[in-house]
Amino acid sequence: MVDFIGKLGRNTLDAMTKLGDATLFALATLRLLFTSPWQGKHFVMQLYAIGVGSLIIIIITGAFTGMVLALQGYHMLVKVGTEALLGPAVALSLIRELGPVLAALMFVGRAGSSITAEIGIMRVTEQMDALEMMAVNPQARVMLTRIIACAIALPLLVGIFDVVGLFAGYLIGVEMLGVNAGVYIGETIDKIALNDVFAGLTKSIYFGLLVGIICTYMGQRATPTTEGVAKATTQAVMLCSVMVLILDYIITSFYL
Amino acid sequence: MMGVVVVVFCICLVENMIKTKNLTKIYGNVAALDDINLNIKSGEVTVILGGSGSGKTTLLRLLAGLETPTSGSIMFANEDLAKISQKRLYELRLHVGMLFQYSALLNSLTVYENVAFPLNEHTDLDDTIIHTMVTMKLEQVGLRGFEEMMPSQLSGGMAKRVAFARALAMDPQVVFFDEPTSGLDPISAGVISSLIHETTVKTRMTSVVVTHDVQAGLDIADHVILLWQGRIIAEGEAESVRLSKDPRVQQFIKGEPNGPIPFSRSQTAYIDDLTYKPGCVRLD
Ligand SMILES: Nc1ncnc2c1ncn2[C@@H]1O[C@H](COP(=O)(O)OP(=O)(O)O)[C@@H](O)[C@H]1O
Ligand SMILES: [Mg+2]
Repeated sequence: MVDFIGKLGRNTLDAMTKLGDATLFALATLRLLFTSPWQGKHFVMQLYAIGVGSLIIIIITGAFTGMVLALQGYHMLVKVGTEALLGPAVALSLIRELGPVLAALMFVGRAGSSITAEIGIMRVTEQMDALEMMAVNPQARVMLTRIIACAIALPLLVGIFDVVGLFAGYLIGVEMLGVNAGVYIGETIDKIALNDVFAGLTKSIYFGLLVGIICTYMGQRATPTTEGVAKATTQAVMLCSVMVLILDYIITSFYL
Repeated sequence: MMGVVVVVFCICLVENMIKTKNLTKIYGNVAALDDINLNIKSGEVTVILGGSGSGKTTLLRLLAGLETPTSGSIMFANEDLAKISQKRLYELRLHVGMLFQYSALLNSLTVYENVAFPLNEHTDLDDTIIHTMVTMKLEQVGLRGFEEMMPSQLSGGMAKRVAFARALAMDPQVVFFDEPTSGLDPISAGVISSLIHETTVKTRMTSVVVTHDVQAGLDIADHVILLWQGRIIAEGEAESVRLSKDPRVQQFIKGEPNGPIPFSRSQTAYIDDLTYKPGCVRLD
């Protein structure tokens, strides 16, 4: 028992230290945005790699999410005779909740894990030191560009996720289940406010920053061995996923 | 493009390019380097010899400012590495090249892009001029024609030669070489050794070479430092080290298994470890 409490305490302390360390890392890195040479070209390259790389998976998950929402929603709404509200039900869940969260989770698995692994490997193979010796700051060139790219790529991907999901939901609701097209679209436009879109967008920017920071941090702090990098990659994915869900709750509770 | 980096700085002609004082580096409870005092003269090839684990790489990384010492100081061109800003350190590094033990090529870039990298980053030279410079460097290391290969497609020896070309791309004034010839075939090793020697003599560059290859090391050295367990046990001109009376130095130079330097680092008696004790080593 004492052993257990001791362990718990140690782990908590450990986690707090890590959290503090990660925060300092994030602040130091983001500060470089203003103090180090502009990394425009490298940032665009990262945006391309991170964004385009995740596109397919985002489209697929978006489509199926929209479809299942329409299917599930229809069978619930039809019981109380309100299937006319299927459009807004699908749209609201997508735009406010599922779009940002699911896209972020997919993004973690696709882009986040490769960021941690890549940075870890660059450290193992001394590429970071090589950059350093060539008077290129790896924190600006490698970390900062990826964090910013995440913060911009994710909102765009969420936008795509939402659009694909809305379209897929429409196909299921109107074409398959026979809800009137005019009602479906009319109610959707009527019930969705700009505020909802804004809430979804805000979330996705925060998620993008969070994923970028955690994944670069875990890569940077990985034990520089092959096992160390593998472990850090797994941990980064788990930590990001959990943090996205926690952050989602926090942001939602502010916006309601 | 990063814009023009006006080279406001030139490493002034100092007699001692690098000086260390009581330099110590401790990892955990292992002293990788213990009280190192050395002087690296400008325009010379200084060779740091030592067995594996003797602290050579650690020393090189400290001199290059990649690690901070546990105690002691490093003067680089009369500037204290512990006291200068990062900006200043980067300015200095424009004139410093480094060859890493395992090459450390940027693996997202081709051979050509790797060698061109420092030029693209820090100069405003035309692409045509950079092309000429890169081609010349690759010719020097015998790898012209490999421009489009990716680092993952190269053998260890080839990667090292590319890294060598990259280290010399900016025509640096100081170059650190970590095991420049290990992993190379004898011909490439010979070419690289004589390149280090020639470039140093012709361009008054300062070379610091770390190696466990005694012959290659002594051949190109103006000055030799022999490291053992993180300490300097011999220092001087190649000839004087070769003729040193110290039995440890002789054993190392001749590569003899028996002598004052034990081959095995074990603290326990061999016979004790050989005797099987039930429950002592569990295979679970
Ligand atoms: N990052 C590190 N962490 C812990 N110990 C290290 C580290 N780097 C080197 N060492 C230890 O320092 C000693 C010297 O290592 P190194 O400088 O790599 O030797 P060499 O290059 O001469 O083979 C070794 O005992 C090694 O285990
Ligand atoms: Mg070494």
